[in-house]
Amino acid sequence: MGIDWQPLWLTLQLAGITTILLLLIGLPLALWLTRTTSYFKPVAEAIISLPIVLPPSVLGFYLLLAFSPGSALGRFLNNVWGLQLVFSFPGLVVGSIIYSLPFMVQPLQAGLAALPHSLREASYTLGHSKMQTLLRVLLPNMKPALLTGLVLSFAHTIGEFGLVLMIGGNIPGETRVVSIAIYHEVESLNFAAAHIYSSILLLLAFGILLLVYLVNKRLAKTF
Amino acid sequence: MIEVYVRKLLLMAEGKTNLEVDIKLPEKSFCTLYGQSGAGKTTILKIIAGLVQPDEGYIAVNGQVWLDTRKKINLPPQKREIGFVFQDYALFPNMTVRENLQYALNKKSDNQLLNNLLERASLEHLAHRKPPTLSGGQQQRVALLRALVRQPQILLLDEPLSALDLEMRQTLQTEIYQLHQSFQTTTLLVSHQLSEIYRLSDFIISLEKGKIIAQGTPAEVFGLDRLSSKIKLIGEVLRIQENGVVFILDILIGNNIIKTVATPDEIKNLAPGDQVQVFAKAFNPMVKKI
Repeated sequence: MGIDWQPLWLTLQLAGITTILLLLIGLPLALWLTRTTSYFKPVAEAIISLPIVLPPSVLGFYLLLAFSPGSALGRFLNNVWGLQLVFSFPGLVVGSIIYSLPFMVQPLQAGLAALPHSLREASYTLGHSKMQTLLRVLLPNMKPALLTGLVLSFAHTIGEFGLVLMIGGNIPGETRVVSIAIYHEVESLNFAAAHIYSSILLLLAFGILLLVYLVNKRLAKTF
Repeated sequence: MIEVYVRKLLLMAEGKTNLEVDIKLPEKSFCTLYGQSGAGKTTILKIIAGLVQPDEGYIAVNGQVWLDTRKKINLPPQKREIGFVFQDYALFPNMTVRENLQYALNKKSDNQLLNNLLERASLEHLAHRKPPTLSGGQQQRVALLRALVRQPQILLLDEPLSALDLEMRQTLQTEIYQLHQSFQTTTLLVSHQLSEIYRLSDFIISLEKGKIIAQGTPAEVFGLDRLSSKIKLIGEVLRIQENGVVFILDILIGNNIIKTVATPDEIKNLAPGDQVQVFAKAFNPMVKKI
């Protein structure tokens, strides 16, 4: 029987792009959060953690309003960059970044906070810049946190549903990711296809998590 | 000549302290900052290194100005030529001993120089080990070498021997002394260990609550009070035993237990665990008609 592989491919693409962009956004954020003594820090932490407690549909609803061509932001994005974020793949990426932000920032922040200050200071006194210190001293000594952040963001993006449905809808090849495809197949009473998608997701999720725990156990031993 | 003037309001556990010191270190000297914890010793080192910013300050090293808050000069730690040995050594756990030194050298890799250095510090057999697998003394040695390989203008040592046992500490004191002799780097040590200070320093600055209370050679600073011809020791009472009309006290002084006799009057209010002063009023001169 024929099964459409496109939703799976689309899901992996979405999760991959989201994770890479999240690392680039999450690392500076985590660095700032570990260093700052600003009064604004708790506010920033609360905003970043919102997606953990908020129903994805709430987030999706507001993003839908914000991105729609009728709103100021939507119009701005469309006029300046020609970006159409509603019912489109780029929209899903932006939504997923916001949705998975805490899953990247929190492990990185914990990993950075666990490193002794003296490591960073020693690197500075040895003449190395902040960037060199980050790449050669800080990141290599927080590999478990880095791995946790990457994998959790990837897995969490694969598992999102409500937000994708709200801002992406169900456009084949554009926004129909696996979780949406499952919903779609069940609605059309096509249980066999839903089974296949679901079991693949289940195995994928289990496999990823198992890998994280195995690798982290090995990393913990080498230090 | 190294000139340091700093002023900074410190928030300590016991409240606010105003750190204000003016220090001049002759070139190639070995100087010690001495004082109880909370006196601001480590903060001074970190200000010299550029890791902590003072409210007001002036630092000039051999004619080069590193910090002048009035003229808004403030070199970052990277531009200050310093060697810093941290209390926890701060060796990079992801790098081997050799890589730690290489990172400090900052060049591609001058293998010849590295080998020489490792050999001189008798560390070549450990070159491929990662720091967490080394003993405390070995880590200390690597940290010291890593701070010195860049031939800094000033070497800053933050209680480098405090985590080691007595024997190791003595070995490393000798080593620090020899390294200072051969590298001739102006050195500022933070310590509250008298034996260390006596063996190593030319000059002592004694700090209390952010202020300098005394400075000079070890004999000058400690001479008046501590080098008296009378015996005066601080110890801890371990046991009080009744023995007929007197009491026998076991007192721990340094690593030795001393037994002494006390009268019932003397042991009043005394319990095991108390800190006591043990002194002898002996050595009175004898006078005889001739």
